[in-house]
Amino acid sequence: MSFAPPKETWSGKTFEITIGNGAKAVKIGGENVFSFHGFEGNYPNKPVIAYEVQDIPPDDWPQMAKDVYAGVSADPVTWAKHCVEKLGAKAVALRLAGTHPDKGDISADQAAETVKKVASAVDVPLIILGSNHAEKDSVVLVKAAEAAKGTNALLGKAQEANYKTIVAAALANDLKLIAMSELDINLSKQLNILITQMGFDKERLVTDPMSSALSYGLEYTYSVMERIKLAALAQNDAVLQGPMLADVGMYVWKVKETQALEADLPQWGNLKDRGVAWEAVTATSLLVAGTNLAIMRHPDAVAAVEKFIAEMEG
Amino acid sequence: MLIIGEKLSIIAKRVREAMFAKDKGPIQEIAKRQYNQGARMIDANIGPAEDGGEDLMQWMVTTIQEVVPAPICLDTTNYKALEAGLKVHNNEWGRPLINSTSNDPERFPILELGAKYNSQVIGLTVGKGGLPADAEERCAIAAEIMARAMEYGMPLEDLYLDPLVLQVATSQDHAAHVIKAIKMFQELNDPAMKTVVGLSNISNGCPKHVRPVLDKYYLALLMYSGLTAAIADPAEVTETAKTIDVFMGKTLYAHSYLEM
Repeated sequence: MSFAPPKETWSGKTFEITIGNGAKAVKIGGENVFSFHGFEGNYPNKPVIAYEVQDIPPDDWPQMAKDVYAGVSADPVTWAKHCVEKLGAKAVALRLAGTHPDKGDISADQAAETVKKVASAVDVPLIILGSNHAEKDSVVLVKAAEAAKGTNALLGKAQEANYKTIVAAALANDLKLIAMSELDINLSKQLNILITQMGFDKERLVTDPMSSALSYGLEYTYSVMERIKLAALAQNDAVLQGPMLADVGMYVWKVKETQALEADLPQWGNLKDRGVAWEAVTATSLLVAGTNLAIMRHPDAVAAVEKFIAEMEG
Repeated sequence: MLIIGEKLSIIAKRVREAMFAKDKGPIQEIAKRQYNQGARMIDANIGPAEDGGEDLMQWMVTTIQEVVPAPICLDTTNYKALEAGLKVHNNEWGRPLINSTSNDPERFPILELGAKYNSQVIGLTVGKGGLPADAEERCAIAAEIMARAMEYGMPLEDLYLDPLVLQVATSQDHAAHVIKAIKMFQELNDPAMKTVVGLSNISNGCPKHVRPVLDKYYLALLMYSGLTAAIADPAEVTETAKTIDVFMGKTLYAHSYLEM
């Protein structure tokens, strides 16, 4: 008698969301099984990796992450095109880091200009991110959303402190939206409820339960994501059935392990391998936990994760 | 937990008048209200309906499903009316539930009807010999009904066991018997048997202001014991049901959980 592996099936399924337009639009979500469990049910869309691009040069990135974009990162359009044309990016995440009051306080209008230029320069889907300054984001993302009207971009992040204006902007400009809460599944559900109560369709919403880097709280993100997925599948919890986002790069490329030189810590080994591995392992773990869309920085790490995705899919 | 809205019952004067006059207005208004209050199945109780029962049940099923995206609990002892209702039931939002069979041979054909129309059936744990004395007796009757169901080709997953809630005012000891029976019923099969109660029976005959108190606390205890569904007034019990679902880990807590 041949061995039949046991299958777990669920009553719920996640929403499939399309980001971007045209031939290069990407679809995420739509599965009724845990990540990579296509053998148990429907797993129509592989996770997608987006390359992170900033509106300002990445001065605060560690040297080795900066180096790979030397020559292109002075200008966001050049940088974004490089990611798409040279690195094969399936999506670009434009972070408006320079709008942060401590990092140049670039105006909302200027940020909107950048969004417009990048959006027209690349043909892959765009993720538009603020600077994570709740107050400034609520101004910047409104203008950014207007500039991105018609692109079907993913806008974020709406948080408890600023979701109202950002939700309204996403609604008015027909964009998809990221809702982020800080590593708390109940608050994540609550924010999604509040957003849908404003009339925003839950089938256009992406949940970001907040990422963290390997050895800096990764297990918390992992656990929250896994429980969100379980609520979506086992409890059929409609407000938690959106795809999930992991904003990996920004958390990984500030920890000591991606920066300490081999000369200072010889037992840690080669910095380049270590940094790339740190980002790849963090991203891979979160993909297994349920991430449908990950934002990353280092091309070698992206390549490693995309290889993993391809192999998991058989 | 599944709340089956109890308000469309021939016992209520307004509903009865609407049924006789085939006036859709009040029926649809009450059905919609119950759905909006949290009922996900609507009970249509037409009584024994000896004259015109078939027409009446068909009219009730279609009238309700015209305005509410939910399955119907067909509540009558009239076999032909049940069959007529099942024929027109729209399964798009779930399968119907027949209310009910029991361990009375006259009611066994209802199991056959359930199997034939792919309907779920409530098995009321009473027999011809009067009311069950305790939880154990309810279980013995439940086992008989389960055996009959299998005989008639009805999957046990489609059978909801009803321990028969009695009035606390006159049969106080049965309140605890029924809670115990809900626990014991589940042990009768793997996967666990589904269970249902007619909740407001507990407070029948009690003063009006006491009734919601009795109903709600009793529901909480029954849910803790694993109750699958309750025929009840959603306006009264939805808050309790949602809250206990949170405590039991069936839904994820959020500050707005009552609004969901």
